[in-house]
Amino acid sequence: MSERRTVTLGTPDPQALGDAPGSVHQNYMINFGPQHPAAHGVLRLVLELDGEVIERVDPHIGLLHRGTEKLCEYKTYLQALPYMDRLDYCSPMSMEHSYVLAIEKLLGLEVPPRAQWLRLLWAEIMRISNHILNTTTHAMDVGALTPILWLFAERERIYDFSERVSGARMHAAWFRPGGVHQDMPEGLADDIRAFAERLPKALDDMMDLVGGNRIFRQRNVDIGVISAADAIAWGFSGPCLRASGVPWDLRKAQPYETYADVDFEVPVGRNGDCYDRFLVRVEEMRQSVKIIHQALDRLERLKGEPVAAFDPKVVPPRRGEMKRSMEALIQHFKLYTEGFHVPAGEVYVATESPKGEFGIHLVADGTNRPYRCHIRATGMAHLQAMDFLCRGHMLADAPAILGSLDIVFGEVDR
Amino acid sequence: MVAWFQSELGTGLGWFVAHLLFALAIALPVMAVMAMSTWVDRKVWALMQLRKGPNVVGAFGLAQPFADGIKLFLKETIIPTGASRGVFLLAPMISFVLALVAWAVIPFDAGLVLADINVGLLYLFAVSSLGVYGIIMAGWASNSRYPFLGGLRSAAQMVSYEVSIGFILICVVLYASSFNLTEIVEAQKGAILGVFSMNILNPLLLPMAVMFFISALAETNRPPFDLPEAEAELVAGYQTEYSSMAFALLMLGEYMNILLMCALASILFLGGYLPPVDWAPLYAVPGIVWLFLKIVLVFFLFAWVKALVPRYRYDQLMRLGWKVFLPISLVWVALVSGWLVFTGHFSGGGA
Repeated sequence: MSERRTVTLGTPDPQALGDAPGSVHQNYMINFGPQHPAAHGVLRLVLELDGEVIERVDPHIGLLHRGTEKLCEYKTYLQALPYMDRLDYCSPMSMEHSYVLAIEKLLGLEVPPRAQWLRLLWAEIMRISNHILNTTTHAMDVGALTPILWLFAERERIYDFSERVSGARMHAAWFRPGGVHQDMPEGLADDIRAFAERLPKALDDMMDLVGGNRIFRQRNVDIGVISAADAIAWGFSGPCLRASGVPWDLRKAQPYETYADVDFEVPVGRNGDCYDRFLVRVEEMRQSVKIIHQALDRLERLKGEPVAAFDPKVVPPRRGEMKRSMEALIQHFKLYTEGFHVPAGEVYVATESPKGEFGIHLVADGTNRPYRCHIRATGMAHLQAMDFLCRGHMLADAPAILGSLDIVFGEVDR
Repeated sequence: MVAWFQSELGTGLGWFVAHLLFALAIALPVMAVMAMSTWVDRKVWALMQLRKGPNVVGAFGLAQPFADGIKLFLKETIIPTGASRGVFLLAPMISFVLALVAWAVIPFDAGLVLADINVGLLYLFAVSSLGVYGIIMAGWASNSRYPFLGGLRSAAQMVSYEVSIGFILICVVLYASSFNLTEIVEAQKGAILGVFSMNILNPLLLPMAVMFFISALAETNRPPFDLPEAEAELVAGYQTEYSSMAFALLMLGEYMNILLMCALASILFLGGYLPPVDWAPLYAVPGIVWLFLKIVLVFFLFAWVKALVPRYRYDQLMRLGWKVFLPISLVWVALVSGWLVFTGHFSGGGA
């Protein structure tokens, strides 16, 4: 009787395979990034491969660490605001959103309705911008190179809108404590509406090209599956959580701004795989289009109303006023040198950013600077599940999973 | 032509010089066409993506391939320290030379072929099979992780799809009762209803033509089978460590192989240098023009597919090759040969 020998897949016993005594088999280690076309920024994944099968994924982060949280402590509240733009630079205004809401909560500031609707409108435009980027690069990660070029023509319009409304294409710094920096220029609302009417057609084109494509589905269905319970345990939020079948959307669950007055649906996936995450995002874009139309209707009615709270201690005076009023000039000077003081307290505000729950934990000590500003980055929670999601999949699935998680390093590394 | 050289230069030398000139007369235009094919490829791809594509160098960007060539030529050749120098440099040469020598048996017109050998198709098959050596050597000699995986994938992929390509070729060979490419073309003359000169219109060969096209995509590492150089996972696959002319040779070899597959598809299924309809006035157009047009058509399909499809995963590619293509082509060989025996195709001699 020959002795029964078991050879476990993945950790082969060299002797069992007939190798010389003492020799050791090692899995194939591969460095995925930081200089890698599919690494979505500066991610470094150390992959342990058994042939083409992934045994272990070890994400190395921190290559884009800029110390945002610490920097915030040395800036006045307003000066720290542009740092938020640089977190998730695919949806900059959504990042500002949590931050200004946190300040307003500490100050107990009332925001006028037009400002709220403007913020809501732009939060949704940012959602579309972010999801266009993510869905198309996800398609590109599995080899479909065309959708990104089709939809980026549309995405470019969003940058143009951002430039018209704030002066900057990317780092807008347009959401301010108390409202927004300035009203939208004449004609922009019409252009946004035209864009919102055009977008569903562009999305249909993309879905025709890749959404129903056999190869695209073979590459994404049942890849990187995460159950609802696991997704919650890993701290997932946003489309990644909803793709697993959890109807959790902060816009519905704890409405901020005027989301309670908006009619929209929360798309939910069933299987929690890459394909569901892709579909949830595409559907969210369609819902955002719906929200944009409603917001534009409301803004039409609120035309001419103030876009920032009337609180000279926080909101800078209008330019024209500064020419006439000495007090306004003094207020302006005080605001842009000393900044405003925020009463001592602690607050956590989370908004539904395109990527998921983006939270700001702000501790104020009564001075003009935050005592502590913790940023709850969405991508961080998603990225830590990479190992869980990739294990046992093939090498080619790693970019697909990474793409479907929607990770941006400005936010993960902060 | 050979006779004239032989009378002027003696039997041996004359034969050599005549064939050398003939080979150059094929190789140089093929290389020129290949350079332009990169332009066509990029242009078609760009237009599908609503871009402009190359449009700066020369009129319509037509000089772009040459600008790229000069750029690569002037670059420094970098050989990684860990690489095996000899093999590293040999690999691009192998893939380039193999891609070029295959053209020896392609009939450009009736009688216009460098080597009119009886086993032309087998020769082509052998040469394109050898092509995998260039890639696996490139991947192995780079002594780097991504090229290594790319090389392995490529070897597995090309070997898998060659099996089914072999059976597809057999179907055509059965119809023509010959391995000689000129005879395969001539056998298509008016073969369909006495009018059309195209195998693809034969209902029995149409599925094979489709499968040949797909296998050709896999054989030449084009999307959706571009796994060996899958950008998203392997950066540039087996080419990752290459630069300068070594890279250019790999690239040229690849495009030359694509053109070869286009030529082969034209010859096997589209009637080669014959006009599509067997009608006397059409023969006024030289056969080489017909062949060229057909190659352009197939090449357009190659470029079209590139813009449309995502990439297969390694195991899915293998499954398609071994579990779908191989059984179908195998059954089809039996089907075609059964039909031909049943209809008395071979009774007139041949084979």
